[in-house]
Amino acid sequence: MRPFQYERADSAETAIHAQRLAQGESRGAPSVRAPSQYLAGGTTLIDLMRLDVVQPERVTDINALARTASGRIEMGPKGLWLGSMVRMSQAADNADVKEHFPVIAQSLQLAASPQIRNMASLGGNVLQRTRCTYFRDTSYTACNKRNPGSGCAAIDGVNRPLAVLGTSEHCIASYAGDFAHALIALDATVEMAGPSGSRTLPFAKLHKPLGDTPHIETTLQPGELITAFMVPAKPWAKRSLFLKIRDRASYEFALASAAVALDIDGGADGSVRDIRIALGGVSALPWRAHEAEAALKGKPLSEATLNAAAEAAFAQARPMSDNAFKVELGKRTLIRAVREAATITI
Amino acid sequence: MRAAEVTCMSTTKRSPDANARGFNRRNFLTTTVASTMTLTMLERSRADAAPAPTAQTDARAPMTMRLRVNGRDHQVALDGRTSLLDALREHMGLTGTKKGCDHGQCGACTVLMDGQRVLSCLTFAAMAEGRDVTTIEGLAGPDGALHPMQQAFIDHDAFQCGYCTPGQIMSAIACVREGHADSDAEIREYMSGNLCRCAAYPNIVDAVNEAKSKMKRA
Repeated sequence: MRPFQYERADSAETAIHAQRLAQGESRGAPSVRAPSQYLAGGTTLIDLMRLDVVQPERVTDINALARTASGRIEMGPKGLWLGSMVRMSQAADNADVKEHFPVIAQSLQLAASPQIRNMASLGGNVLQRTRCTYFRDTSYTACNKRNPGSGCAAIDGVNRPLAVLGTSEHCIASYAGDFAHALIALDATVEMAGPSGSRTLPFAKLHKPLGDTPHIETTLQPGELITAFMVPAKPWAKRSLFLKIRDRASYEFALASAAVALDIDGGADGSVRDIRIALGGVSALPWRAHEAEAALKGKPLSEATLNAAAEAAFAQARPMSDNAFKVELGKRTLIRAVREAATITI
Repeated sequence: MRAAEVTCMSTTKRSPDANARGFNRRNFLTTTVASTMTLTMLERSRADAAPAPTAQTDARAPMTMRLRVNGRDHQVALDGRTSLLDALREHMGLTGTKKGCDHGQCGACTVLMDGQRVLSCLTFAAMAEGRDVTTIEGLAGPDGALHPMQQAFIDHDAFQCGYCTPGQIMSAIACVREGHADSDAEIREYMSGNLCRCAAYPNIVDAVNEAKSKMKRA
């Protein structure tokens, strides 16, 4: 690991100030090459620093922010407020989250291991990096996320775990997280603080489509820090779930996953008033399946409508040499998740 | 974790009073909990008004830190890159905690920090300053009596080579304390962060089940 300056910040302002001093003019560079990084749980950052993928000269430890509002979970009439320094395990075990937003609790509980869930912050979780081998292994020079313009070793490489939705000709890395899919399904908002003050953004606008700049993964500006997530209390939130399909029963990333939130008319036989579907494991960024939702809205849940929704969700899929199975797996995951959501009594 | 994102996007417009109109914590939660809430510093002032934090000036200079491990304070001067795991093993002589993968994938390095199980390989030693660290060496009583979980691992032959065992035991103690050991299935799920290449898993589950009842009585 390369040497770096370590410092602690006990408030968001001191953290942001420290980062602003260090960032300089680094716009447009790959985010992995940012000269300065915030350190929360460390479960992604320290791993990638040891692999030499991330090489910060300065690291600002923001764990003390867990003692500020950023460390709190609060329920109000309009919904749920999740501080960015809440640990994954805290949110997964929170009674309000489990009861009113089960898809959030499940997405966190099914992720990583108990140790990692005790460490990783929610803010860091949504920013976790792809597990694409060619991104993590610096002996491959061709990686457009690490070295813009160098090409993509995964496209003609071993690409079984990688994405089929939202990919581009420059990158097929899959987004590794689960929680972000729950947030995007539930119309969450993200709050950020930075050198120019605070702002909020629909969570769906945080991650950028890959396009020809896969090295620019989010719309965060240099020095900006996620401070909270806000999830509205909507009719679909309570009848929601996260279904994760993977190679192992536990402690494994998704091959395919679905976050579903359903508002249905008069129980399982009624028609769909509203539905939110996000698809993980198969996608390059947190992925809302709008086409599948449109195919189900106002209709009863039947084999025909569910199949149509699944087909619509994967109509634009671009399978590669080793991951074509994800198209079928993704469709079945979606259908099973919606069926299970319909059986939830609230 | 990469909050310090660098992007070339410049399309997002900010307005100084965005907070007043926006979807923030204050107006999000107002009607029920406003009275109990304190405003964050962030909401009150802009970042550029903040004082500069202190940092080392030379990244290669050792950092002096005080680490509290198993109830004892250790004053150490370490390179900032030193993981808590290496600090324990190489600088404090506490070699009970094991290094398996060094990438947060195997659980061999599990220790308790303020009672919570964490991975010492993905924790910088500096991050542990001011926290209470417990390692496998800190479990036995002053008279040498083993912790019920240690004894249960022996009684149930819950290891073969023993390399993952300290991590398994630390994790198992936390698993019971968290209340995540109510059934075999739950124990397996909540012990999944600790790999055992000898595959002693059935015996580990038995050990956790037995220690669970003893820990409850204790």
